[in-house]
Amino acid sequence: MQSLKNVNYTNGQLSMLVMLRVLIGWHFLFEGLTKVSKSGWTSAGYLLDSKGWFSGIFIWMAESPGILKFIDFMNVWGLFFIGLALMIGLFSRLAAIGGMALLAMYYLSHPPLAGLEYGAPGEGTYLLVNKNLIELFALAVLFVFPTSQIIGVDRFLYISKYKRNPDPQLA
Amino acid sequence: MSENKNNGGMSRRDILKGLATVPAVGGLFYGAYVSGKKYDATREARQSILKEFNIDAGVSTPRMTYTPGAKSTGQKIRLGVIGFGIRGPQLVQASGFATRRWLENMEKMGPDNDRLKAFYEQEDLNIEYTAVCDIFTVKAEEAKDTVDNGSAHGKKGNAKVYKNWEDLVNAPDVDAVIIATPDHWHAPMSIVAAKAGKHVFVEKPMTHKIQETHELFRVIQETGVVFQVGHQHRQTDSYFKAKEIIDKGVLGPISMVLTHTNRNSPNGAWVYPIHEQASPETIDWDMFLGNAPKVPFNKDHFFRWRKYWAYGTGLNGDLMTHEFDAFNQILGMGIPKSAVCSGGVYFFKDGREVPDVMNVALEYPDKNYTFIYSATQANEYSRTNLILGHDASMEITRELIVKPDRRSTRFAEKFEKGIIKPDEPLFSYVPGSTNLDAVTTATERYFAAKGLLYTYRDGVRVDSGHLHIKEWLEAIRGNGKTSCDIVAGYEEAIAAHMATVAHKMGIKAFWNDETKEIHDQNGNVIHEIPTDSPADVGVIA
Repeated sequence: MQSLKNVNYTNGQLSMLVMLRVLIGWHFLFEGLTKVSKSGWTSAGYLLDSKGWFSGIFIWMAESPGILKFIDFMNVWGLFFIGLALMIGLFSRLAAIGGMALLAMYYLSHPPLAGLEYGAPGEGTYLLVNKNLIELFALAVLFVFPTSQIIGVDRFLYISKYKRNPDPQLA
Repeated sequence: MSENKNNGGMSRRDILKGLATVPAVGGLFYGAYVSGKKYDATREARQSILKEFNIDAGVSTPRMTYTPGAKSTGQKIRLGVIGFGIRGPQLVQASGFATRRWLENMEKMGPDNDRLKAFYEQEDLNIEYTAVCDIFTVKAEEAKDTVDNGSAHGKKGNAKVYKNWEDLVNAPDVDAVIIATPDHWHAPMSIVAAKAGKHVFVEKPMTHKIQETHELFRVIQETGVVFQVGHQHRQTDSYFKAKEIIDKGVLGPISMVLTHTNRNSPNGAWVYPIHEQASPETIDWDMFLGNAPKVPFNKDHFFRWRKYWAYGTGLNGDLMTHEFDAFNQILGMGIPKSAVCSGGVYFFKDGREVPDVMNVALEYPDKNYTFIYSATQANEYSRTNLILGHDASMEITRELIVKPDRRSTRFAEKFEKGIIKPDEPLFSYVPGSTNLDAVTTATERYFAAKGLLYTYRDGVRVDSGHLHIKEWLEAIRGNGKTSCDIVAGYEEAIAAHMATVAHKMGIKAFWNDETKEIHDQNGNVIHEIPTDSPADVGVIA
């Protein structure tokens, strides 16, 4: 986290970034939690509904029981831990990358292209840009403007790492 | 900057800032807990209804089990297939032998092709085709090639090609026959086969005429051969659940059963392609005609026989029977007391005799309901099959949805208490899911209705036609009974013939269960479906 040394936020910037991190974390964690608590949840239907550029790959995933099991596991617990990590601010940058990867999969499996219609009804109308893509870039923003070393559990790791060389931003 | 460095370099402020967002996690989990409890309460309320009706929340026990890659044990059964046009190859494929054409098409679609994989994983039914027969030489050769070389399990065969079906039926190395010919040949072949001691799998409807229906019934009873009508719906898992739910009285008194056929393509209207090699030299025309009126060689009659009364049974025999048998297995309807029917040739004015639009009402006064069948071959709007009861309605597609009726007396109290809501399904059953549950998500239901999820056995996708043939073969080996037996086949054939009599004669047709006769409103017995078939027959009725 050496690169963080030069990060210097105003209170307003810091508050909003932390807020954004917690909100995205909440979204991920709750999605994960509902899937964890619902035994037998599977992404099969969602994957089978894939359209656009890479639909072949996603449908293939859904049709191979072994791969589907893996995808389901990674998705459910990925959502859960990424959400938790973003909320409490632990390994937040890693979580941001993981979250971006998941969102990229959702985006690529259901790209909002002209003329494509999906089974799961969407709550808006989109062209190329949809909420998955926006959330993905919001995580990218959080990746380049990290906050968990200031507000978050990462602060403890950060302090122990730099305790011999105190950092001004911990003030 | 903090002064307090004795805590491993951490001040209280550090700890506060480090844990500042953790309470939000607590908030989320609390929120999840509260909404989870609400969800549980709804679920419990619905479970209590299942309990009240004593309905097993699990998946219904299917009639036929399925184990991919397994092999049937016991006696090897030697089969003959008669008729290799459209349905013949499908049945032969469901039994484990695919045509070269199909295999090549599937392979073109890529090695990971789902259908191809499912075919190769099919259970080995432990059969051998020793005989094939088709009166069109091209199809006879294709049949031989298929059963000799198209095995999913790599077996090679050497079937004999028969020009005459009677020789096939009487061949000593044939134990059982699959009959997939035009309708007017179903009964004559089944009767001769049964008399020769051969087990019979025949396509629906099992007969083309009234008198042969009685005769086939008698012959099957007398000979005791294992008989199955080709309704693969008998193996559809949601129908087992539907029957269970209805047997428990969830719907209350049932007053109406609504069934439909909607198609909208030449193929769906029986305008099949005409083979370029078809000629009087390659087709045994006299054999095709059989008991039909003698007319000169006619390719349209041969390939599109479903359009003509002399060979086919129209929408009533061809497609209503699907719905009739499905609901007969759920409700145990039996033969109706009376039938009315009307329709006409309204869209496919291509010289056909059988209507492309048909409406049938079958009355069951003893059971207090009407069975309605309504069909058009010129529109594909999806109409759901419905069973309408005083307390609830059941929608039956691939999935099953039971919706309480707003004016139900039985559920009135539960509506008032908010335990169930009139607009929400009481429960639904999605094939392949492991649970009968009201809380199946909207998206899951959507995918199931779209056919993206399939008919399952223990979570394994399976062709119901395969199960239906397996059931027949197992019954021949002495394991269990066929589900679409001669009784079911008789009830369905009589119901279809009553509707056609009503339509052709412009009358209401009645059934006398004591004399086993169809009669008109004046008591005049109608021995046979009239053979005359005016093109404007729809106008009469």
